[in-house]
Amino acid sequence: MVKVYTSTVIDAPAERVWAIVRDFNGLPDWTPFCAESRIEGGEPADRIGCVRNFRLKDGAVLREKLLMLSDYDYQCSYSILESPLGVTDYLATLKLSPVTDGDRCFAEWSAEFNCAAGREGELTQLIGQGVFQGAFDTLKEKARRA
Amino acid sequence: MPRVVRSTVIDAPVAEVWRILRDFNSHRDWHPAVADSVIEDGQAPDSVGAVRRFRLTGGAVLREQLLSLSDRDFTLSYCILDAPLPLFGYVAHIRLKPVTDGNRTFWTWTSDFDCPPEREAEMVRLVAEGVYEAGFAGMAKALRRGRGPLPNPPPLRGGGDGGTLSRNAGEGWGGGMCDAIVARAYGPPDVLQWTRVAVPPPGPGEVTVRHTAIGVNFIDVYCRTGYFRLLQPPGVPGMEGVGVIDSIGPGVTGLSPGDRVGYACAPVGAYAERRTMPAELLVSLPDDIDDETAAATLLKGMTAEFLLHRVHPLAAGETAVVHAAAGGVGVLLCQWAGALGATVIGVVGSEAKARIARAQGCAHVVLTTDDVPGRVLELTGGRGADVVYDAVGRDSLARDLAMLAPCGHIVSYGQAGGHLEPLDVASLAERSARLSRPNFGHYAGTPAQVRLSSQRLFDALRRGLVRPFVGARFPLREAAQAHRRLEDRASVGATILFP
Repeated sequence: MVKVYTSTVIDAPAERVWAIVRDFNGLPDWTPFCAESRIEGGEPADRIGCVRNFRLKDGAVLREKLLMLSDYDYQCSYSILESPLGVTDYLATLKLSPVTDGDRCFAEWSAEFNCAAGREGELTQLIGQGVFQGAFDTLKEKARRA
Repeated sequence: MPRVVRSTVIDAPVAEVWRILRDFNSHRDWHPAVADSVIEDGQAPDSVGAVRRFRLTGGAVLREQLLSLSDRDFTLSYCILDAPLPLFGYVAHIRLKPVTDGNRTFWTWTSDFDCPPEREAEMVRLVAEGVYEAGFAGMAKALRRGRGPLPNPPPLRGGGDGGTLSRNAGEGWGGGMCDAIVARAYGPPDVLQWTRVAVPPPGPGEVTVRHTAIGVNFIDVYCRTGYFRLLQPPGVPGMEGVGVIDSIGPGVTGLSPGDRVGYACAPVGAYAERRTMPAELLVSLPDDIDDETAAATLLKGMTAEFLLHRVHPLAAGETAVVHAAAGGVGVLLCQWAGALGATVIGVVGSEAKARIARAQGCAHVVLTTDDVPGRVLELTGGRGADVVYDAVGRDSLARDLAMLAPCGHIVSYGQAGGHLEPLDVASLAERSARLSRPNFGHYAGTPAQVRLSSQRLFDALRRGLVRPFVGARFPLREAAQAHRRLEDRASVGATILFP
């Protein structure tokens, strides 16, 4: 099992950041790599079990399933159903925690998955930095403006 | 049930913050509200179940117990055992998480507790601001202070490494200062002054001990006056200390930070909050020997041990005279000699001390104002004592000879009343007497001797053959007053200084 963990501090209150990221269909709004997204079957984006079907700017298509969403804990978890990444048993959690000392929040995004031997470093870098950190960077920008 | 949650971001890597926090006693080094703290019963400060007893700067004393500690998750939890505040069922959790972009630390501090409704707002504020937020600021300050001079942070894993680092935090990482009593010159008690002194980091074979109790002995007076040249002014006196190991130097084995230890030996230096000294001089304290007991008995009890077991192996049925029977060593000699089956005659200077001596196991007590030899001969049916233990000095030897049984033994182990006057050795033939003049360093000077002697002492304490008798307790800074009482013969039993 490969584990990836990325965290950051966002200069905006947790509830404001959460309002952005709790939308399971909202990746195109706050990540730099997602071109378009829809929820399969027209379900609400906060129904547990719904599947988001989204296309990256490079053309790749992914399907991810919402496993948990908590407005109380500011966190959600999802799994990958289909992707070109070459990962299996992929489970990710995105969580926000208020920083009471200042109008900030702590954001952490973690994932665990299996992959072909030898690809661990490459995928850790891609997911941890390319996806999570990349998304955090644009999220920080958007949360500041929001 | 109120819940308090506070969190912050600390500008240091999580491993660095955790190294400090995982030491359950480290709050005295970084939390501005904590004046002092000790881990009870010599537990390691990172062992689950350890209890920290601490005093706030406002004077309140609290006890808290470590409930969980995880080096994997950077979490710990603890509860309040005793507090002078209406915080009931208080359980707190500390959790650190790394901020991966920027190498910082996210720190959450949470607690749940019960309290009377009318005091809830006050308690929530106290915990949130007075404890958690003040703690965040204190930690940030301690880390800023510590930046730079910390050469090689100890590895994260392993026993008490957290303690090592937190000591550095408390001393400003490289400051290494503490308060101590320094003898400015040889002279009266006034030469003892409360002074800030340097505590060097432990070198090879050395440890730094944080004292919790310090024993006062008459030898400290001799050091202060210059009668014994064991102290070179300006210097820190004291030959008997008890405490907890703060940090260890290279090559020290068998001792770890957090261990409870004691010692009774040269070199001087015990009248200090902390000191660095050779590890081989330390005795590990058993869990059932508390700090005050150890400070009251290590030097005096090991002295009694060698006087009763090795200088004159006292046999049941023998009669022993103990001078200064209410004094520090005197009470232990009386107790232990009585337990060995000897008939003990105590000699004391006042009726008050006579009461103490009787309570410590003396079969008979004689006042110094009496004709002591005459009374001893009377009490022994004219035969005299088999052994006389004498630390009075001056002209006492001739008098001791006069109360001695044939083939008896005079054991002269001190001179509290002044330098011993010359004795005509030929006069010993009057009783075919033996005279011993033992030196502590020759009986309790090597690690093997100390081990033997301290084990006999601890065994005697456990079996109740000897019991610590503490006559006076002083704050360390009042050491001069403790010396005055000792020299004025106003003291009884052991005198303890508390840092």
